[in-house]
Amino acid sequence: MSYIYYPGCSLKSTGRAYEDSLLAVFEALDIPLQELEDWNCCGATAYMSISELKAFALSARNFALAERQNGENDFAEMVVPCAACYLGLNKAHRYLAEHPELRETIDRALEAGGLKYNDKIHVRHPLDVLINDLTPDKITGLVKRPLEGLKVACYYGCQLVRPYSDFDDQHDPQTMDKIVKMLGGEVVNWPLKTRCCGGSLTGIVQDVGLRLSYILLAEARKRGCDLIVTACPLCQFNLECYQSRISGIYGHKIKIPVIYFTQLMGHAFGLSDEMLGLKRVFVSPARAFSKAEGGQHVHG
Amino acid sequence: MSTVNIPSPNGQPKIGVYVCHCGINIAGRVDVKETVAFAKTLPNVTVATEYKFMCSDPGQEMIQKDLRDGKIDRVVVASCSPLMHEPTFRRAMIAADANPFLFQMANIREHVSWVTLDKNAATEKAKALIAAAVKRIVLHRPLEKTRVPVTSDVLVVGGGIAGIHAALTLAEAGRKVYLVEKEPTIGGHMAKFDKTFPTLDCSACILTPKMSAVRAHPNIILWTYSEVAEVEGFVGNFKVKVKRKPRYIKEDLCVGCYECVEACVFKKGITKDEFNVGLSKRRPIYIPFPQATPLVAVIDPETCVQIKRNKCKKPCVDACERDAIDFDQKVEIKEIDVGAIILATGFKTFDASRISRYGYGKYPNIYTSLEVERMVNAAGPTGGEVHLQNGEKPKTVGIVHCVGSRDSKTNAYCSRVCCMYSLKLAHLIKERTEAEVYNFYIDMRTPGKGYEEFYEKLLKENVHFIRGRVAEISDWATIPEEEGKLVIRAEDTLIGAVRRIPVDMVVLSVGMEPHENVDEVRRLFNVSCSHEGWFLERHPKLAPVSTFTDGVFLAGACQGPKDIPDSVAQAGAAAAEALALIDRGYVELEPNTAYLQEEFCSGCKTCLGLCPYGAISFNDEKNISSVNGALCKGCGTCVAACPSGALQQNLFTDEQILHEIEGVISYV
Repeated sequence: MSYIYYPGCSLKSTGRAYEDSLLAVFEALDIPLQELEDWNCCGATAYMSISELKAFALSARNFALAERQNGENDFAEMVVPCAACYLGLNKAHRYLAEHPELRETIDRALEAGGLKYNDKIHVRHPLDVLINDLTPDKITGLVKRPLEGLKVACYYGCQLVRPYSDFDDQHDPQTMDKIVKMLGGEVVNWPLKTRCCGGSLTGIVQDVGLRLSYILLAEARKRGCDLIVTACPLCQFNLECYQSRISGIYGHKIKIPVIYFTQLMGHAFGLSDEMLGLKRVFVSPARAFSKAEGGQHVHG
Repeated sequence: MSTVNIPSPNGQPKIGVYVCHCGINIAGRVDVKETVAFAKTLPNVTVATEYKFMCSDPGQEMIQKDLRDGKIDRVVVASCSPLMHEPTFRRAMIAADANPFLFQMANIREHVSWVTLDKNAATEKAKALIAAAVKRIVLHRPLEKTRVPVTSDVLVVGGGIAGIHAALTLAEAGRKVYLVEKEPTIGGHMAKFDKTFPTLDCSACILTPKMSAVRAHPNIILWTYSEVAEVEGFVGNFKVKVKRKPRYIKEDLCVGCYECVEACVFKKGITKDEFNVGLSKRRPIYIPFPQATPLVAVIDPETCVQIKRNKCKKPCVDACERDAIDFDQKVEIKEIDVGAIILATGFKTFDASRISRYGYGKYPNIYTSLEVERMVNAAGPTGGEVHLQNGEKPKTVGIVHCVGSRDSKTNAYCSRVCCMYSLKLAHLIKERTEAEVYNFYIDMRTPGKGYEEFYEKLLKENVHFIRGRVAEISDWATIPEEEGKLVIRAEDTLIGAVRRIPVDMVVLSVGMEPHENVDEVRRLFNVSCSHEGWFLERHPKLAPVSTFTDGVFLAGACQGPKDIPDSVAQAGAAAAEALALIDRGYVELEPNTAYLQEEFCSGCKTCLGLCPYGAISFNDEKNISSVNGALCKGCGTCVAACPSGALQQNLFTDEQILHEIEGVISYV
């Protein structure tokens, strides 16, 4: 099966490490990802709250492009790593199928641009692909640096599982947990795995946003986590980049690496820090990794 | 009222069309005047008229007068579904000395006025259905119903309180009852409960006398560890095969002395004890509980070393002084004839792990209500003590209502019993532990005799009530008081704030769900289910224990969530309905049987294997098939399959059906 990769804006900017590591891991797993040509905004930014129609039209253009790029193949499997894009496209996918009047308007808009959308799209998150399209041995077979003894908190955030829960439990999702276990890591019971990270509040009402991030970080620390993994560029940004400010506000030193699950996979697969964007982090996971390796370095 | 007489030539049918208003049920949508005017234009219609309620006495008398006056010889009533009033109008025709099968109903209520808001469309469809009925009835012939004697024995499926009560009622009335239960003992869910609400009388104390009465009753044949495998036949004359699973113990020899259980090579339990819902373990040879009925041991083939691997010293055999153990026992099939069947197959409780937010199976000390029922029961795995997994008594307990109920994500319906049993458990837990008990509820639903008073009593016992659906249960502590506790988070809708209540123990009040094998049972007995999977009664108000299959009745929670009093009441009603059927001694069968037009039969034998009732045989002399009208149930299978059209069915001949279709089409 081939997949069409929809990066969205974050994976080309603040979330570059996510893109680097995702592409490296999928290549190691021999899953071809073909980037969508001429893609545009998913519509999940301010569009959705100002004009739903424009947001859906943006999504629909991406769908039409993906179908065209997919050629004669049946359904285009669109792999969408960013949680906001995933939700935005997923929502558009459903609305276009369920609301004929909206669909008519969107079809006219696409037609003006010489495009057509035929409902031949599956919107997929990489976690969904890794758990449901692969046999577990494909992942375990690549592990060169098992994460033995590494205590990991899996953070899903809100948008991957709510309001839609196509591939995981809405309140206690498990896909990332399963992957960490396949890599040999220990998943810490951390009931806050889908609680709000602060989202865009960190930029607007900062004290509230930081407080929400602090709750997550403090509880992870309390439960002895070495590392937090996430699947959302905004969550990653909120939880990692404000740690020193949060430590200052709450008088409670917090320093926990927060990386993408694909970076953790790549590390376990023995890929280099450069390939995985691990040189871009604010809080280095090096100490956590060396704890897992127990001193014995397998790969460079 | 307007009546017209159209003179018709001799020998022509004279059809009366009567359009019912049904108050405004029909007349509110269908233009009745226009419909009647239309009916008058149809061929062979000699009378066309309307009336507010055709089913009323004056309505029936209109038809009877026209019949007696010779104005009509065939009747079409355009009104409700034949399920409602076909028997009424047929009776009216008999009373007027007319054959009741020269009658046809056009359903312009359920099929027309109740399913549209469009008056024009309703009127047009009503006309089309009347045209079809008029066209068809020309071909009706006088027919006679046949009477078939009824077998007086009854089968009751399921040995919970509903099945027990139905079986005893019938047995007391002198009927022979077969009670079939799939578990090794009867008693069902009620046998597992400690006390019953609202009277707090001991569940076992009121149930076990009825269980022994079943065992001792000369009119009841009790088959436990058995399942119905096959049902054939029809009302009054069912042929049923019951599969008796081998329990590897001779039921007539075993006295339930427990010697074999004690002697088993496994000195401790090794597998989940079903009766204690997994709170304890049992051995491969076991007796479910001390009052099990019958009090006979059973060997579980999944765990017994002898049965699995044929390698055991078999100390159980040596221990049994009565030589009751028999490893060679095989499945036994019993064939019985019964006149009526009562389904009392019960329910299952909602699987709490389906709601991941509530942490069942993830955190210790979160129990389902059924588990706590066993815990508070003096004969249960903890001897009636309520304690945490570390052996200590809980100081605070949270009871979460509506787990799996009143939520479109799980079950939209209210399970009806949870509020009351939650109150009961709150009382029992407080009594045993003196813990602070918090009930989290959406609405308190206590409609029953003495139920609201019981709620009042609990309020006085200082049980806490928080109105709000629980959002989440976790071990996430935010203040020192929450450390090491289960924290229940809920919106208290009375104070308008989110509350976090730390507790030692959580009870999840799980709702009721249809059995997982409901589809199998449904097919076996040919009954319908609601979309949730509850067996469907014939009418929700007026036929609550009947099904759409004559002779099959419903009792207890298989029809929908019910508490013990309601289950018992319904079981009594089902038994009475079964008795009414049996005591009449016969059933009247619709004359919609198949018949053979011999001259067209080519002797291809296609029909022979298709008849589910064995009503078709082959006449080797004439080289044609032959239909036994007394056995035919009118299913129509052979008629549809007959390649030459030699097989026809009364009331549904090809011609009649084609005429009906033509009637609709000619109008459209």
